[in-house]
Amino acid sequence: MVGGRVAGAEDEVLGAVTTALEPFRKGGAPITVDTDISQDLNLDSVAVLDLLMELEEKFDVSIPLNLVPEIRTVGQLAATVRKLKEG
Amino acid sequence: MALFDRFQDLIRSHAAVKAVGADPFGVKMDRVVSPTEAIVEGRPTILVGTNNYLGLTFDSSCIEAAVEAIETHGTGTTGSRIANGSYGGHTALEDALARFYGRRSAMVFTTGYQANLGIISRIAGPKDYLIIDADSHASIYDACKMCDGTVIRFRHNDAADLDKRLQRLAGTDGNKVIVVEGIYSMLGDQAPLAEIAAVKRKHGAYLVVDEAHSMGVLGKTGRGLAEAVGVEADVDFIVGTFSKSLGAIGGFCVSDHPEFDVLRIACRPYMFTASLPPSIVASVAAALDAVERRPELRTRLWSNVNTLYDGLKRRGFSLGPQKGPVVAVQLPNPEMGVQAWQLLLQSGVYVNLALPPATPNGLSLLRCSVCAAHSRHQLERVIDVITDVGHQIGVLGETARAAAG
Repeated sequence: MVGGRVAGAEDEVLGAVTTALEPFRKGGAPITVDTDISQDLNLDSVAVLDLLMELEEKFDVSIPLNLVPEIRTVGQLAATVRKLKEG
Repeated sequence: MALFDRFQDLIRSHAAVKAVGADPFGVKMDRVVSPTEAIVEGRPTILVGTNNYLGLTFDSSCIEAAVEAIETHGTGTTGSRIANGSYGGHTALEDALARFYGRRSAMVFTTGYQANLGIISRIAGPKDYLIIDADSHASIYDACKMCDGTVIRFRHNDAADLDKRLQRLAGTDGNKVIVVEGIYSMLGDQAPLAEIAAVKRKHGAYLVVDEAHSMGVLGKTGRGLAEAVGVEADVDFIVGTFSKSLGAIGGFCVSDHPEFDVLRIACRPYMFTASLPPSIVASVAAALDAVERRPELRTRLWSNVNTLYDGLKRRGFSLGPQKGPVVAVQLPNPEMGVQAWQLLLQSGVYVNLALPPATPNGLSLLRCSVCAAHSRHQLERVIDVITDVGHQIGVLGETARAAAG
């Protein structure tokens, strides 16, 4: 999966993260698990926090602010949500 | 990579703003004449961009107290309360604040920013949770970075979302501490504090309310939103500032917690900075006295709020959702915001320009603040000038067309 295209159907969380990030895509580059959220996409820090809130709502989790600095890539974000979802 | 390369985007966007005219983030007041007037770039200007809600910055009793204190006790303390000692004025002011709020203890900080930094960073330990409103002030967010606990945000002013977040934490060890503000500084809206207090009680959490913009403004005796909605008993810690209604600088926290004073030797933003100078302590004490003894200041403020808010609403502007001393005129985009702000300054009206990311929901705002000392004539002039500018930049025409269409 690493470096490959994200197939939404094979992972609900990853699919939702990718869909939520779609509007912030820069140029034609596809969003992959390795996409760096702040470097490779048109997202400022506030937009990132808004996006997190959207995901929290969708998956009924709270993403602690303390974890945010460690989330760099799309894959890491999906993994964080997945982990919180599984409790 | 050069040292400041990471700021290039910031430098570019600031340059773009400055290219249009005066720099909204670098205004130079040639001379401040009164709480409501200044000379800016040689022009007499009406100040509608302060936080001077009660107009006490030129109050004679505050000035006299400050002058006397500076002559008696000198210009500064040159050190912190912990290392270099407290002056009589510091403890007297703390006693006065505790009395004003009807609380057991009070603690004074050198700025409001440091009060939030100190209290909110230390209130939750490693196993505890801070649950903050998503639109919290930067000082609260910065405090969260220094806090050892887990930080969770809830949707702005959404007590149901707060409830949901606390529900998710049910069964976890650790204290839960909710942090909200009385009045939010950008849009001027108030926290739904009665609902938040109910959620707090339901989950056995603690509640911190930052009354920075609501002290002196809300409540029968000016204690803030908690007093106004009758939930003071549910608020465990009130934080606030001396730099808005009290017209000086400094911050405070009051509480009934029996071990509150331990924070004096646990809060680094209290311990490792110089304490407030005697003149400021004296003017703040006099200003607090004015809040208590002169309720007419609050009456005048609210009458002015009605004039400005209703006046701008009638002219067709979109404003913040709630009436209060912060009246936020919403504009469609940052470019129009910059243009409007500059036209206003050229016409002798100073407001604050607030742009994303400092604003909620990506809004571009002309943030106007009302002062008890504004005259009816000044406010009518402000409404006329803002309306003219609204027509010039096309925002009022557009609103009218949209409404008609």
